[in-house]
Amino acid sequence: MHVAYFTERPYRWVPEDDVIRNKAFFGLSNALFDHVRGAEDYNYYLDEYVRAEELGFDGVALNEHHGNPFCMGNVMNVEAAILARITERVKIILIGNPLPVIKHPLRMAEELATIDLISRGRLVAGWVRGAGSEQFFNNANPAYNREMFEEAYEFIQMAWTRPGPWRYEGKHFHYRHVNPWALPYQKPVPPTMIPGVLSPETVRWAAAKALPYIGLGTSLGPTADLWDIYADVAAENGYQAGSENFGYLIPTFVADTDEKAQELGKGFIYGGGQTVFSRPEHTLPPGYNSKDAIRRLSKQPGGSWLGVNRNKLMQAATDDNAPIDYEAVRARAEGQLRKSQRNYLTLLGSPDTIIEKVKTMISVLRPGTFVFFGPQGPVPNEDRMRNLELLGKYVMPEIKAYAKELGLNSPFEARPGENKLREGATRTSVVDRSGMPNIEG
Amino acid sequence: MLHDELGYPGWMSWNDRLAQHHELIVPMQPGYGQTPRVDWIRSYRDLAGFYARMLREQGWAGCPVIGFSAGAFIAAEMAAACPDLFSRMVLVGPLGLRPTEGEIFDFLAVTIRTHVAATVSNVDAPEFGRIYGGDMTPEQFEAFEDARAETARIGWEPFMFNDSLAHHLQGVGDLPALLVRGTADLIAPRGCISAYESAIPNHTVVEIPGAGHRPEIEDPDAFLAAVTNFLGV
Repeated sequence: MHVAYFTERPYRWVPEDDVIRNKAFFGLSNALFDHVRGAEDYNYYLDEYVRAEELGFDGVALNEHHGNPFCMGNVMNVEAAILARITERVKIILIGNPLPVIKHPLRMAEELATIDLISRGRLVAGWVRGAGSEQFFNNANPAYNREMFEEAYEFIQMAWTRPGPWRYEGKHFHYRHVNPWALPYQKPVPPTMIPGVLSPETVRWAAAKALPYIGLGTSLGPTADLWDIYADVAAENGYQAGSENFGYLIPTFVADTDEKAQELGKGFIYGGGQTVFSRPEHTLPPGYNSKDAIRRLSKQPGGSWLGVNRNKLMQAATDDNAPIDYEAVRARAEGQLRKSQRNYLTLLGSPDTIIEKVKTMISVLRPGTFVFFGPQGPVPNEDRMRNLELLGKYVMPEIKAYAKELGLNSPFEARPGENKLREGATRTSVVDRSGMPNIEG
Repeated sequence: MLHDELGYPGWMSWNDRLAQHHELIVPMQPGYGQTPRVDWIRSYRDLAGFYARMLREQGWAGCPVIGFSAGAFIAAEMAAACPDLFSRMVLVGPLGLRPTEGEIFDFLAVTIRTHVAATVSNVDAPEFGRIYGGDMTPEQFEAFEDARAETARIGWEPFMFNDSLAHHLQGVGDLPALLVRGTADLIAPRGCISAYESAIPNHTVVEIPGAGHRPEIEDPDAFLAAVTNFLGV
């Protein structure tokens, strides 16, 4: 099993009441940004990743969001390039580059090849469509999001493998002279992981290409269902999916005691946490979802996707001047955090507590890659570092040993898509629901 | 009649009254309702070309046109390319030109309900309630999402205007144009009308006091009076 550490690199100095008043992190005015504190944070997070390597993590993972203090990885490739130089062993996993909102796949191919070269082959390229709010920030047409994602992905693979110069006239991208001189260190292309939050279209797309899929803190039951879809598509494409095809990321905070972890873990709901990453109107811009997905949403008023459902999309704008009961909002978020822990969507506790929960999860989902998503909110450096230490020294070895017992291979141990299925053979199971814990509705 | 970016909501009272003297042809824009999306149409100008061919092939060229909001954008693009397509042109709350002042409301950055509510100044207007009142059905939700998705696809950037259109409109000669605006329009600022006033030589402006972006359903009497007066019926 490949175990990696990830943090959103939050800007930790946003007053919580401002987030609550805005009902989201996205859209909060950057007048609240303090450049001195921002500089400290950026440097600290790089140090944290270096420490993760020292503690034995196999990989460090970065992501990218825009216009949002929830995640300061605004130009992730810059951070990745620095890590390429200041780390020596860990994989640098990008989960992922939002191709449709960057809108420049040739530049992307050059940047990533540069990172792969500087790190001497430690880049794991990951691709995402970009969150809905990214479409607004980058003025990227949401109705072309998936088309641009797929075209950009194919273009980059060509740019990395087809000797230039050549010309490209696609639907969304056009280049007169494709001939990047920075080409990846890893041949033919760097390994890839596709992160996602339960979009069946993305899962099918990844499975057809045998690209490992990482569930980003998604519910256990639906995740297992989706991995079955992945495995079905894999079988249609002639291979047996295995642990090497699956990864899972989960918000985790480990402290010396359960009590301290519960207290500091409230950082995950600071301001409302992940559920207020952006308001519904920014989470699902028109055209961002496929017609099928919209049809599904239209018939499930209470069902939700990224915390957004039909009812929320049908809400009128709220009165910005209406009084807000901040304590009630915080109490509601705390209730959600407790439920989220009961449902294995957030892990808070001492090492022993965490180990048991992770074992349950990986016995069901059988991933080959497991990513611990580090603290959110205004958690002090020393507590963040202690979390990392406890994860690295106590949790990770136990998890790796258990994964070995289960025979879970990472994509760096077993090449995804290499386990071919004989024609007419039936695929074997990729999940084990026998250990599925009770999940609240 | 060219409907707006939210799609044609069905027969309205002003349709009924105008249809006593005119045949109303209401094409459902590709991508709306049961009309399939046409992938190669990637801009309002593409769409205008598509509709222009439809007019010619159906023998409808030379008819008067009434365009609402994005529908007015399409009509203006059609007239700019070929002024003979229309005998007269009514542009209601027209998008399509960069406003001389103010901004076109970013209705794609709000929820459906906020978007719909922003189209009128009075959500208690009887016809508005009849069309959009009550709970939104799954079918309505899907239709609105489809409409907004198609609007995003062809109008995202620059948002609902085309800077070259003003130049092309200088060639429409003496094509009569009626520019209609509700004085409380939250979608298209007054600067949209001013831009059309500068671009189209033979224009008349009618402002309907108190109405928003949908004067035809907020004040159908005033709207219809302006239109019938202009069309000569």
